[in-house]
Amino acid sequence: MSRWLRSFGAFWYDFVIGDDWRGAAVVAVALALTALLVHAASVNAWWLLPAAVIAALGWSLRRATAGKS
Amino acid sequence: MNALPLALTVFVACAVEAVEALTIVLAAGLTREWRSTFQGMAAALVVLAATVAVLGPALTLVPLTGLRLIVGALLAVFGLQWLRKAILRASGYKDLHDEAAIYARQVAAANAAASGPRRGVRDWYAFTLSFKGVLLEGLEVVFIAITFGDNAGNLGVAAAAAVAAVLVVAVTGIVVRAPLSRVPENTLKFAVGIMLTSFGVFWGAEGAGVSWPGNDAALLAIVPVTALVAVGYVALLRRRRAAARAAAPAVESSAA
Repeated sequence: MSRWLRSFGAFWYDFVIGDDWRGAAVVAVALALTALLVHAASVNAWWLLPAAVIAALGWSLRRATAGKS
Repeated sequence: MNALPLALTVFVACAVEAVEALTIVLAAGLTREWRSTFQGMAAALVVLAATVAVLGPALTLVPLTGLRLIVGALLAVFGLQWLRKAILRASGYKDLHDEAAIYARQVAAANAAASGPRRGVRDWYAFTLSFKGVLLEGLEVVFIAITFGDNAGNLGVAAAAAVAAVLVVAVTGIVVRAPLSRVPENTLKFAVGIMLTSFGVFWGAEGAGVSWPGNDAALLAIVPVTALVAVGYVALLRRRRAAARAAAPAVESSAA
């Protein structure tokens, strides 16, 4: 049962998160910050998520290509 | 959201997944045995139908704002994954997705595997290969159709586009009886990655409470900007790779 649960979890992790979990982490943090800015500070922070996604993509690509040619 | 962009996005994304499933089914059927392959495919379709039956009504119970936040986050993460791979392929850092090569690898593995009946299935290997391939790619089709359709408030159009994509690929596969290696899969994946990421950003931020400037029209800016950024990253990586390759012989010759 625990082996089945582990492989079930691994399947969904690979399906949604994939090779680099950092992208998912950046999206989650950016969404939380956006919600905080909108609801707690009344700032319409529509620019935050696009900027975070562009930065996360660049960061992930940099890590994937570091030391390769 | 307009029905045409929704239908086109879902159609292309689902067609890419269907091509991958078809490659696996053909490899199992042509090298092993068709009956067990079809049994595997049918079993996967039953599991997928059950998933749709559970997920579909469950999604309608979630409030739209919460749904947009969760689905937007998932789509953005999912899209980033696709875009990252597509950029690495386009810039030469990762091998291009080659259906013919994947088909050859699957055929070699299928030929090498031992055959045998199990649980009423004549060829267990063909069954599991087909089941896994159809289930995995099918889940992606279901995920894309449900998330796009529900968020856009047009589940019918999204479902029709997904079914049409699967049918077009399946019929083409039956007619040509070969993996669809001529489909420009890498280009399609690049485009799908851009669309998934863009819609993910749009719905995710909206779910977090943001009001986009221009409301839905903001997508007309988000999609091209995402595309420009992706193309820019490809150009940057290509230049870096070329510079590293040009520098490598110079270092070697100076060392010698």
